[in-house]
Amino acid sequence: MKISEIAKILNGSVLCCGEHTCGEVFSACGSDMMSDVLAYVKNQALLLTGLVSPHAIRTAEMMDMKCVAFVRDKTPGEDILALARKHGIVVIKTPLRMYEACGLLFAGGLRGDIDTDINAGVCG
Amino acid sequence: MAEKYLTYEYNIDGENFTTAGEASVNLKRVLRRIGFAPEVIKRASIAMYEGEINMVIHAGGGVARVNIYEDKIVITLDDNGPGIADVELAMKEGYSTAPDKIRSMGFGAGMGLPNMKRNADKLEISTRLGEGTTITMTITVAATATAND
Repeated sequence: MKISEIAKILNGSVLCCGEHTCGEVFSACGSDMMSDVLAYVKNQALLLTGLVSPHAIRTAEMMDMKCVAFVRDKTPGEDILALARKHGIVVIKTPLRMYEACGLLFAGGLRGDIDTDINAGVCG
Repeated sequence: MAEKYLTYEYNIDGENFTTAGEASVNLKRVLRRIGFAPEVIKRASIAMYEGEINMVIHAGGGVARVNIYEDKIVITLDDNGPGIADVELAMKEGYSTAPDKIRSMGFGAGMGLPNMKRNADKLEISTRLGEGTTITMTITVAATATAND
């Protein structure tokens, strides 16, 4: 699924790196615990989180992720957006809650490897 | 032993949780530039990141030294913190002594040391209560695992 489509499904706003929204991701992870993302996520390129912190971006960078979506209408500060720009990570803000955001993306076709997700990817 | 490419030393600031992880981002950039395989870079970066975070949360910072060889990456984390009272317990997934404040910042789920072990091929812990801890992680590079091959 293209990142631009993810933003559309989430009714979200792209806050930075809009030039990379043509990039595709095949699976996603939803978590507010970066420890869990670092421990359990395998190849998910989209992180949905309610944690508004530079560590959300830094964790995404460590995991080679392409996009971070902040749920519950949380607005990242300029320091967070600057970090995302530095690493070329698209940042989206959505008014949806985590459960709804994950559900809509899954129903929209962003499923990835379901077995892998159940065992290792969905973490929160 | 294969020839050593590079040595890096990072001072980890124990006062600023927000900037924790910057050394790991720098290391990742260095490893990419050298041309290690993505899987090796990811493992080394995650191990270092978890180590950095742990040093800030539990030890008030410290020093991270990274020796990069042709066939392995050796990360040594040295701190003067309180030491680890029970290493076996600390290695258990989910066990954490991190305060709630750290959990509210997305860490302290008791996955740090287990995740460091998971991503390193070898992990050694030397700790003395009241004196500090030294953790050495070795990430082995398979003969075929460089991006330039």
